[in-house]
Amino acid sequence: MPAVTSRAQRAAHPIAIVAIAAATLIFLAPILWIASTAFKPRAIATSVPPTVVFTPEVTPFVKLFTKRVQLKEPPTPEAYEAAPWWEKTILDGGERVLRVGDDVQLSQYPNRFLNSLIVAVISTVLAVGMGTFTAYGFSRFKMAGEADLLFFILSTRMLPPIVVAIPMFLMYRTFGLTDTHVGLIILYTAFNLSFSVWLMKGFIDEIPKEYEEAALVDGYSRLEAFFKIVLPEAATGIAATAVFCFITAWNEYAFALILTNRRAQTAPPFIPSQIGSGLPEWTVIAAGTLLFLLPVAIFTFALRNHLLRGVTFGAIRK
Amino acid sequence: MAHIELRNITKTFGANTALRGLDLEVADGQFFVLLGETGAGKTTTLRIVAGLERPTGGSVLIDGVDVGDWSAAERDVALVLQQYSLYPRYTVRENLEFPLKSKIRRVEPDEIRARVERAAKTLRIEHLLDRKTDLLSGGEMQRVSIGRAIVRKPRVFLMDEPLSALDAKLREALRTELKNLQMNLGATFLFVTHDQVEAMSMGDRIGVLDRGRLVQVGTPAEIYTSPKNTFVARSVGSPPINLIDGAIRDGRAVAEAGFALPVPARGEAGTDRPLIFGVRPEDLLIERDAPAEARVHDVENYGVEKVVTLRVGDMLLRATTSARQQLDIDAPVRFSWRPDKVLLFDRADGTSLRQ
Repeated sequence: MPAVTSRAQRAAHPIAIVAIAAATLIFLAPILWIASTAFKPRAIATSVPPTVVFTPEVTPFVKLFTKRVQLKEPPTPEAYEAAPWWEKTILDGGERVLRVGDDVQLSQYPNRFLNSLIVAVISTVLAVGMGTFTAYGFSRFKMAGEADLLFFILSTRMLPPIVVAIPMFLMYRTFGLTDTHVGLIILYTAFNLSFSVWLMKGFIDEIPKEYEEAALVDGYSRLEAFFKIVLPEAATGIAATAVFCFITAWNEYAFALILTNRRAQTAPPFIPSQIGSGLPEWTVIAAGTLLFLLPVAIFTFALRNHLLRGVTFGAIRK
Repeated sequence: MAHIELRNITKTFGANTALRGLDLEVADGQFFVLLGETGAGKTTTLRIVAGLERPTGGSVLIDGVDVGDWSAAERDVALVLQQYSLYPRYTVRENLEFPLKSKIRRVEPDEIRARVERAAKTLRIEHLLDRKTDLLSGGEMQRVSIGRAIVRKPRVFLMDEPLSALDAKLREALRTELKNLQMNLGATFLFVTHDQVEAMSMGDRIGVLDRGRLVQVGTPAEIYTSPKNTFVARSVGSPPINLIDGAIRDGRAVAEAGFALPVPARGEAGTDRPLIFGVRPEDLLIERDAPAEARVHDVENYGVEKVVTLRVGDMLLRATTSARQQLDIDAPVRFSWRPDKVLLFDRADGTSLRQ
């Protein structure tokens, strides 16, 4: 990737490095704040001025994943000894983990997190998949009213989503889609589809149609040519589109709040609901938020080569 | 190998007509060149034969069978393009194997390897087989591209300006190579180009296209010496033919630029009508006692010959002459032509009077 290397080389100027480091620090400060809060003891979580140096602990994460009850009296030494290491941090705080028989009762967080993953992954695959096929059709075939159709597809994004929130809620209630994974997946797919079609059309337009035509003449069907020639060329575009769709679906809050409450509730509406009525457990919320940040970060990081690579095609000579 | 026939092909794109009533026949084993300007309909013709484009009217026959409903894959033709011709991400070997791995062909792996090796050897690209295509030079790319066509043993080779993106020297070399290849394979070639040198040097037959119409079909010699009209006359020959407005008067050919020369053969046919005299640069003679006078406008020395531009009034004429002849810019010279080589065209519609 020569383009990327040369950019890195240009940045090697000392002043540039200092400037970039400063900017990076400023932009990352909120995330660093959340990350540090997630490992803080509860007592210093909201201290003023903030505590920077402390002994990190995993208590917030244990609390995040478990149901707990207040201890009426301190645990017996035997019970304390018998408890696993992660439970001791809870016992130290005057609580115990709720068990049914020997099974630790999990909090709702892992379930909500899993819901988020299911909904975001499936809706992303659907939106990008359908978007790629649709974009290919728009890119390669002439049809009547092509421009109007494309505009119509884009226009679905022009309405502020919240305007349709109440009608959506009523429709979903009628069709029994409220608080279902399917309901959210349909919604997020529809939401991302227009974006996916437009983005993918741009990428596919860049792929010379001569490649496919060569494959057609070489003895392949249009579908084979699509999978063998177009799809590998469009990988960069697919990766970029998938990242955007995934981020949108993963972060969506308003509709998840309105349309789900238990079974299919995703993490975004769930995390703030933990603040509850009592004293907020900031460290636990920070732990939940930190974990929530990870999938998008990992996904984007995994696809970074595709995102950086840009649209360059090997055998073109212009 | 196969015989191709196009019958009354018409193709429109919206309001634009790309081809009008095109009839064309390419015999088995023939190197047929379609010559024309950009937008004349050459590529459209090729794409219709390949099955990438459906004609608006007319039929395509390969070996006498109407292939109108056949897909590109079923027609078993090979296509070589000017660019974008290789699959990116694939190595040279993978590019050559690609057409053989198609489901409709079912070639055994051993046979694939053998055919790829043979094609690579023919085209002298064996050392490139494991290279990625983006590391190839333009000439190597086109070699591989031609290789991808020959591994298949297709019925027809369709070539869309395959040499146009290459530099002059390479173009010349590949021209010879391609012609030899065609003769060795005994293959049917339909070759599209805007380059008259390619058409003249490679074609068994040339078809000249003008705005969607096939104006003339003939051997390179026929096209060169007896063009049907001024358009065909202009489209072959370098330097281009001189077209001189004039008329036959009092037993002499009088040019409007103000000179008179001997009447061309069969010139009497054109008495008393506005004509265009067509004379190729090699038939324009610079001689001491010739009847017409001009001044030397420009001289280009090509080593083997000189191209001299003569100025008569405000008209410019080109003549080729020996490189040894000494000519000074603006010096007066006398010139004539070879009357038996001069072509006569009607000035109203540009058609040849020989027809």
